[in-house]
Amino acid sequence: MGIFDKLKSGLAKTRDNFSSRVNGLINSSKVIDEEFYDQLEELLILADVGAKAAESIINDIRKQVKQQKLRAPEQVRALLKDELERVLSKNAASKDMDLYPRIILVVGVNGVGKTTTIGKLAYKFKQDGRKVLLAAADTFRAAATEQLEIWSQRAGVDIVKHEEGSDPAAVVFDAIQSAKAKKADVIICDTAGRLHNKKNLMEELKKVNRVVEREYPEAYKEVLLVLDATTGQNAISQARVFKEAVDINSIALTKLDGTAKGGVVIAIADELSVPVKYIGVGEGIDDLQDFEPKNFVSALLQG
Amino acid sequence: MTEKLQSAFKKLTGKGKLSESDVKEAMRDVRMALLEADVNYTVVKEFVNKVTEKAIGQGVLESLTPGQQVIKIVNEQLIELMGSSQSKIKWASAPPTVIMMVGLQGSGKTTTSAKLAGYLAKQGKNPLLVACDIYRPAAVKQLQIVGQKVNIPVFSLEGASPVAISQQALEYAKKHSNDVVILDTAGRLHIDDEMMQELENIKLSVHPDEILLVVDAMTGQDAVNVAKNFNERLAIDGVVLTKLDGDTRGGAALSVKAVTGKPIKFVGMGEKLDDLEPFHPDRIASRILGMGDVLTLIEKAQAAVDEKKAMELENKLRNQQFTLEDFLDQLHEIKKMGPLSQIMDMLPGINAKKMGKIQVDDKELGRIEAIINSMTKQERREPAIINGSRRRRIAKGSGTTIQEVNRLLKQFEETKRLMRQFTSMEKSGRRGMLKLPF
Ligand SMILES: Nc1nc2c(ncn2[C@@H]2O[C@H](COP(=O)(O)OP(=O)(O)O)[C@@H](O)[C@H]2O)c(=O)[nH]1
Ligand SMILES: [Mg+2]
Repeated sequence: MGIFDKLKSGLAKTRDNFSSRVNGLINSSKVIDEEFYDQLEELLILADVGAKAAESIINDIRKQVKQQKLRAPEQVRALLKDELERVLSKNAASKDMDLYPRIILVVGVNGVGKTTTIGKLAYKFKQDGRKVLLAAADTFRAAATEQLEIWSQRAGVDIVKHEEGSDPAAVVFDAIQSAKAKKADVIICDTAGRLHNKKNLMEELKKVNRVVEREYPEAYKEVLLVLDATTGQNAISQARVFKEAVDINSIALTKLDGTAKGGVVIAIADELSVPVKYIGVGEGIDDLQDFEPKNFVSALLQG
Repeated sequence: MTEKLQSAFKKLTGKGKLSESDVKEAMRDVRMALLEADVNYTVVKEFVNKVTEKAIGQGVLESLTPGQQVIKIVNEQLIELMGSSQSKIKWASAPPTVIMMVGLQGSGKTTTSAKLAGYLAKQGKNPLLVACDIYRPAAVKQLQIVGQKVNIPVFSLEGASPVAISQQALEYAKKHSNDVVILDTAGRLHIDDEMMQELENIKLSVHPDEILLVVDAMTGQDAVNVAKNFNERLAIDGVVLTKLDGDTRGGAALSVKAVTGKPIKFVGMGEKLDDLEPFHPDRIASRILGMGDVLTLIEKAQAAVDEKKAMELENKLRNQQFTLEDFLDQLHEIKKMGPLSQIMDMLPGINAKKMGKIQVDDKELGRIEAIINSMTKQERREPAIINGSRRRRIAKGSGTTIQEVNRLLKQFEETKRLMRQFTSMEKSGRRGMLKLPF
């Protein structure tokens, strides 16, 4: 399957739920009236775009409809698509493809799919011919290291690990030394899931981040926030606080193979200027795709 | 209540009955609040319609504005919708009682299974944990480790299907006199037919007494689809809401309750294995509504008795008589209201950052109580007399350390100082906001 097909199949459910209704709505509406706008807003809210964000998107569209003197609902559909695309393309993942060596710190709240995403990422870099090293810096959750180890075997890459309960910063430190010695291209660091409102855990993460900056200044540093598409508006708070703490520069949006739509990333891209870089569409090792704003939105809005 | 405040309230009131426009206006805010809390759109719509109908024509309390009156009704309706507190497990007539944990990937089933096992063990049960997640890498190992931490045996079987594992675990439990069997199943998507079928098969073969759907409190609009699907296929008995120690408003709780009608039985409040708590409908209702300030105001306006107490307290403060006994009283009041961090958020006029210095978590609260309880009456009234040897005695009596006693005394002084600040703030018109020292 080509990338676009996979994206489409990954988003199939999203599309079914959202777009068929958008289409249904647009087809059933003969005029652009209040009821039409209300229904459009409802669709956005149901996609987890958020009530406030939805309102402001609709207001934008209203203005443009007036300015451009639009009459046909299908024109509004194009407008909506443009609007969402524009927001999601803002600060789209920079062209960092060729920056090596690189170290990726993977962060997020509990259970969003960090470790799984790392397994998939490791495999992806390996496929691209890169030498990958995993750092098992989730030393907190029971059997987290074992879980990552299994992924390292699946992807066929090396792993640096310590015992459960040991200092995560020390694991990252060791991984960096090992990567230098082995001349690895990419280190991917797993970290323990943490709720962003736990001050001490965020401090711990900052410490890990400082070790990366101090020990590996020559590497391109990426801090990847993993968000679960099932999550509602709290994802904004997650992104905001993780950004403050460790300056995240990209997002992986997981579990898009479910019925959740992950629309909250629109608000995140808009408010926090952190772009989505990858999407997770399953539990398999190749269920990770590059995020393409255009494809994402058109898969979202096209039947 | 001070006269000034009373008159302020009077100015705001006086409409008699709630008109349609009163209600509609207030409902716009309610709708937005619920949606931003992630309550499902359709659920919000129905709820708002129902409450609007109910509220129009109702009387307005003397001390409330129409808008506040509507919020009061909304809050009551929310609490009613959330159901009563029902943290009970349906026990099998002949043991073992089988509890099956189900839910999406990453919702917290494994941790919750261990917490629940520990919780039931404390009540004198003898649980067995069963590792039915044969898919996720190291899931079995994870359950084994957390099982060990709570001192509960874990049954696992390599190479067997989840159905076979459950069946054999049941046999094992009977032989080893385990009276509760908790099945930790793999996370799955509600639309994954094959995997949902697996759960149905487990259900058919071991007949669980209790099927608990584990839901992440941060779930968005999709919560209704998830809950609906799991409930339709398995007829769940209840819900466990996890990760409520985060800062999510938790609207999913309402969505799930609305579409399944099943009670929320427990809430997960942290990663530690004793962080499982019974569900409190009133707490979650005000959290979802997110109008802590308004609700506090309403409560305040209603509770004349509490007002009197607050006034006493204020007088004491004025006269520098605020004692450790009053402090303890206040702590008890806070305790009744729920987790502190949450209360801090709910209180208007309280800047959580400013309060950072006197951070108190619920466990610490227990220790503070123990310390104060170990003091003599005189010590509580005149903390100044608590010298070194008294501190030692108090620490020993309360099972704490001298440092902790010192810290408490410092906190008490700090609180006193802050309360004085707040009472002076009242003069600048911000009163009616505070009666708690934190
Ligand atoms: N359906 C689906 N499940 C996923 C996806 N990514 C991760 N998961 C599952 O989510 C659960 C939690 O993942 P894990 O990587 O352990 O999360 P972590 O706690 O953030 O490291 C596991 O059961 C994963 O298999 C995805 O894109 N789709
Ligand atoms: Mg992990």
